[in-house]
Parts: sequence; C-alpha cells; structure tokens
Amino acid sequence: MTYRGMTVEEIKIEGDKGDPISAYVARPSGPGPFPGVVLVHHLPGWSEWYIETTRKFAHYGYIAICHNLYERSGQGDPDDVAAKVRAEGGVPDAQVVGDTAGAVKWMRAQPGHNGKVGVFGSCSGGRHAFLYACQRNDVDACVDLWGGRVVMAKEELNEKTPVAPVDLTSQLSCPLLGIFGNEDRAPSPEQVNRHEAALKEHGKAYEFYRYDGAGHGIFYYHRPMYRVEQALDGWNKVFAFFGKHLAR
Amino acid sequence: MCTSIVEIAPAAGMAKGEADWFKLTQAVVAYDHARHALLEDAITIDFVNGDLPPGARAAVELTLESAKALNAALARAIAAAEREESDRRLAIEQRRAFLAQGAESRMAA
Repeated sequence: MTYRGMTVEEIKIEGDKGDPISAYVARPSGPGPFPGVVLVHHLPGWSEWYIETTRKFAHYGYIAICHNLYERSGQGDPDDVAAKVRAEGGVPDAQVVGDTAGAVKWMRAQPGHNGKVGVFGSCSGGRHAFLYACQRNDVDACVDLWGGRVVMAKEELNEKTPVAPVDLTSQLSCPLLGIFGNEDRAPSPEQVNRHEAALKEHGKAYEFYRYDGAGHGIFYYHRPMYRVEQALDGWNKVFAFFGKHLAR
Repeated sequence: MCTSIVEIAPAAGMAKGEADWFKLTQAVVAYDHARHALLEDAITIDFVNGDLPPGARAAVELTLESAKALNAALARAIAAAEREESDRRLAIEQRRAFLAQGAESRMAA
C-alpha cells in the first residue's frame, strides 16, 4: 500500500550528549499504526537525496526520520558542510551512534508508530547503520547499502573511528540486509566476502545481494553510478526486507 | 567517507568563495565520490577556512588525468618560481655587497 498524502517537517531532536540536532521527518497520512525507518545519511551529508528518500519511505507507509549528523559543523549547502566535516577529519563514530539513538528514541515516542524501527543507510551511512545495529539493541532491522570501511585495516583506525565495524559483528542485534555492487572498491567484493564470513561465523540473520555491472551508489539516480535495473531490484529487496521485519 | 584517501595540508592565502574572498587555513585533497562532475570518483580539492562557516570554500572535482596534469603544472610553476626567487635573492645579495664595498671605499678615501 502506498500513501500519497503525508506530512513533512523539519524538527529538532536530542542528539548525542543531549545536543540539539535537526531532523527531517515524513509521516504517511492516516492513523497507522506505521513502522518506522531511521535514515543515516551518507558522506555528502544531509543531502537532497536523503530528504527525498525520507519521503519515499513515507510514501510506502513508514514514519521516517533523517537526522543531520553534520549539525555541529554549521549550516549551509550540504556539499559545503560535508567538505567542512571532511576537513575536520570526519565525525566520530560514537557521536553518530549517539545522534542515531536520539532519532530512534524520537521514533519510538510517535503516536501511530507500530513499535518497530528499521535503520537504513548508504555509503558511510550504511557503515554507520551497521555499526549502530551492533552497538545498540533497539532496532529491529538494518539495511546497509554499499557501506565502505566496514572492514578496516589497523592503519585506518583512529580516535574518531576506533573500531572496525566488522569486528563487532558478534553483537549485531537484528537482521541485516546488504546491497553491494561487484565493481565497487569501497567496499570491494573481497571486503564484502569478509563481512559475510563474519556474519556466518556468528550465526547472524542476513541477506546480501551483490550485483554485477554495478559499483558504488547504485540507487543515486543523479550520478553516473546509477544502475536502473539493479536499483529497481534493490529497492524491492529493501521494502520486502523491512516489510518482513517491521510488520506487527 | 567511503574511502580513506584524504590528505589535509595547511594553507595560507586567499580563495574566492560563493560571494567573497576569504582567508585560507587548509587545502583538503581527496579521491572519493564526485558530487557534481559526472564521474564515479574524482580528485576533489577543497580550499577552506575551518574557522568560518561552511560556505567559506572553493572547490574543484577533477578527473585523475586532469589532477595529474594540474600536479605537473604546479610542480613546473613551483620549480620556476623557486629558481626565480633564488636568482632574485642572489641579485639582492650581490647588490648589497657592491653597495657595502662602495661605502667602505668612500670611507677609506
């Protein structure tokens, strides 16, 4: 079922350490109850694609929230803000997890929510979504779209990213859906293999789909990496997965 | 970020942003997903001032080939500039030595 009517607004929520951060929310019209999706944005920031995708989830019957992980670096064009964050060495993983916890908490307090929450992210957001599902146990399903640096070399670890998410796989608290392109380099097919091996080793529930003829950013219709056939199939996989795990 | 190819260099100078010129603090060079160039990945260079709001930024996204050509052009220009600066320093030193010698001769006379 789809919902053409929806309400959207920009709100403030409590992020990590109680910091107020902005969030974009979209709710389908009607009494619900609706499942919830928390969108963890990608490296290009709190971008138009993420705002649109928040509405897409509402269109398909989810209360959706996308919080601004780059709030602390200032306001402006998302590209400029993302560049500032890059110059600062990125955002700390712990802060992203804290901010996302704020979005999950907001979701669980909504009237008309069915009590189920999925976390969704692409690119760095896919990595962060997986990290969140490993470090917290308050989400019911996780979607990681081509998240790079889930597998990390020791030299890549630093104060802001102290742990390779793959090393936390034993703590994964919900089913995971992963969508990857076999021509990607971050994550490379070998890194996806290592991630999958860790999931198998720890007996986790997961579904991985790995597309030929596609690299990174398969769903980004405004970029050359868009692959229409794989994107349409991938979106079907996302909605089937959330449909299975977030229904009540 | 999905890759870890990021180099941050301190930068002193000025850059032209959205509206005005601003003082630079850093140049950030990365190889990552392009946002505007119709490329999957690009060498991106952001000239920024970390003490100012995010709009204080001058940015480019280049193909690898363009980045290599830019790198070579920079290297050539820097080498020529260093030669010229070296020649200039030498000429200044020689002129100062000549003037000092002249002054000594006048004093002796």
